Amino acid sequence: MQRRSILDQLKSWARVNSPWAIHYNSGGCNGCDIELLATTTPRYDLERFGIKLQGSPRHADILLATGPATLQSIEPLRRIYTQMPDPKYVVAIGSCALSGGVFHGCYNVLGDLSRILPVDAYIPGCPPRPEAIIYGIVALLNSVRNSDQKITFTSDIELDIAEPVLFPRERGEITQPNRQPHADRYLRRES
Amino acid sequence: MATVVSASDQSRFIVPIGPQHPALKEPGHFEFTVDGEIITGASARLGYVHRGIEKGAESMNWTQCLYLLERICGICSHIHSIAYCQGLEKLADIEISPKARAMRTLVAELERIHSHMLWWGVAAHEGGFDTLFMYTWRDREIVMDLLETISGNRVNYSVNVIGGVRLDLSPEQVTKIVSGMKKLEERTKHYLEIVTNDSSFLARTRGIGVMTREEAQRLGAVGPTARASNVCRDVRVDAPYAGYHEYPVKIVTDTAGDLKARFVVRIKELFESYRIITNVAQNMPEGELKARRVPRKIPAGNVISRVEAPRGELFYYIESGGGEGPERIKVRTPTLPNWGSVLTMAAGLRLADVPMLLVGIDPCFSCNDRLIRLNPDGKQQTLTWQQLRDRGIEYYR
Repeated sequence: MQRRSILDQLKSWARVNSPWAIHYNSGGCNGCDIELLATTTPRYDLERFGIKLQGSPRHADILLATGPATLQSIEPLRRIYTQMPDPKYVVAIGSCALSGGVFHGCYNVLGDLSRILPVDAYIPGCPPRPEAIIYGIVALLNSVRNSDQKITFTSDIELDIAEPVLFPRERGEITQPNRQPHADRYLRRES
Repeated sequence: MATVVSASDQSRFIVPIGPQHPALKEPGHFEFTVDGEIITGASARLGYVHRGIEKGAESMNWTQCLYLLERICGICSHIHSIAYCQGLEKLADIEISPKARAMRTLVAELERIHSHMLWWGVAAHEGGFDTLFMYTWRDREIVMDLLETISGNRVNYSVNVIGGVRLDLSPEQVTKIVSGMKKLEERTKHYLEIVTNDSSFLARTRGIGVMTREEAQRLGAVGPTARASNVCRDVRVDAPYAGYHEYPVKIVTDTAGDLKARFVVRIKELFESYRIITNVAQNMPEGELKARRVPRKIPAGNVISRVEAPRGELFYYIESGGGEGPERIKVRTPTLPNWGSVLTMAAGLRLADVPMLLVGIDPCFSCNDRLIRLNPDGKQQTLTWQQLRDRGIEYYR
C-alpha cells in the first residue's frame, strides 16, 4: 500500500470534517425528503458531523439525491452534478433511488440513479430512517478518509441522458426493455 | 389586483426559479415577471415529479395498488390509502367495523399533526426564522414517535387494508398518545402566541398574499388555504367519512385571508386534532379489525371517493372492470387547485415574499404532478382513440 503524502492527508481531513451537501428530489414521494430534513433537525442533528445542507450546487461536496429519477429530472440532476466542484460524491437515498422501488416499471421513471450519476453510497429503505441516513453519510466520509486512491476528477464523465419524449422507444433513445409488467397485461387483453 | 400575464412576454424581465432551488425542497419551475422588485406576473411549470403512477396502477392488482398509491405522497400517505380503500369498499359493498373507522381517523389526525408541524417549520425557515423551524421539528418528533409505536414506520404507515385496518392499539399506546397530545397542546399554544405576536415574523406574514373569500371561491382553493379566506369547506364536515360521524370536527376559519391567517388556521386545526385523537384513543370501540371476506375481484362500476387531506380535499375516481385490478384510477390532490391562488396572489408582491407565498399553500409537488406536457413548442398532435391504443400496445410490448 502506498503511503499518502501529508498534503493528501490534510486535504482529506478538511474534506471529511466539513462536507456541505445539496439535496435534490428527483421525483420521490417526499418521504425520504422529510426524513432527510428531520436528520438535520435537533433530534438527529446531522450538523454535528460538519454537514450542512446548502442551497447552491457550487458550494456542495455531496449530492444527496432521492427519488427514482423521472425523465424530466434527469437534466436538472445532471446540471447540478456538473456544477458541483470536484471532488464530489453522490449519495442515493431510498429504495426508489436504488432500483425504482415501488415505481419500478412506471413509464416516466428511469428507476436507478446509478444509470445517470456515479453513485458513491446507497441508503436503502422506504424511507430510510434518519439513523440510516446518518450511517450512510458517515460510511461515505469514512471511505473518503481511508481511501488510498488519489481523488479522481469526474467532471468530464460522459452522461447518458434521455430526453423526455412522447415515444422514446421509437426514437431509439430508450433501449432497455423494462416494461414487462405492462406488456403482460396488454398481451393478455389482446388475446 | 393585477391579472396573470404570460411570462413568455419578451419585453419584461423574467426571474426564473427552480427546478433546484433552496426555497423549495421539491422540484418545480416558476417564472416571475418583475418590474423592479414588484412582481407583475407569474407562471409555473410543474411535472418534474411525474412518475406515471396512475398508469402504473392499471397493471397491478387491487392490493398492490394500495402500496403504490400510498407512495404518491410521503407526507400524507395514510389519507391516500383511506381514499382508495373507502372507494373500493363502496364498490365491493364491504361494511367496515366501527373500530377500523376509529383507527383510520386516529392515524389520519396524527398524520395531519405531523404534516402541519412540518409545514409551519418549513414556512418559518423560508421566512428566515430558523429557530422556530428547529423547535417545531423537535416537537414533531413526538408525533413521529407515536406513529412509529403504532405502525412500526415513521413515514409510510400501511395502516389500512381493503376492508379495515391492520393494527390495534394496546393500553400502553393509548397512555402514550394521551400524554403526547397534552405535551403537544402546550407547545402549540406557545407557537400560536409566536405566530400572532412576534413582530419580525408578523412583518413577513401580515397583509401579504391576501385572498378574499370571493377570489378563493373563484380560484377553487381548497383546504386550510381556503379556510383562511373564510371559505367554510371541509370534507370531514361536509361529507363525513371514516370515523368523523362519531367524532365530529369543528371547522376553523379566519377572515383575513393573508399568510398570517393561513398559519393561524393550521395551528388552530391542530387543537381540534388533539381533541379528536384523545377522544378516539380513550373511547376506542370494540370490534373486528377488518372485514372477514374481501373479494379478489371487485365488481364492475365506478366510484368517487373524497377525503380531507392535511392540505385540502383529496379526490379519487376509481373504475373497476370487474377484474383483479383497476381499469382506471384518477387522483386529484389538493395542491393542484391551490396553484391558481398562488400565481394570482403573486402579482403586486415583492420578489422577497415569493418563498413565503409559495410555501403558504403547503405545496406538495409529488402529489400534484399527475401529468406532463410533452410538446412545449406547441405543435398539436391529434390521435384517434384507436391510434392511441395501438401506439400504447406497441410501446409497452
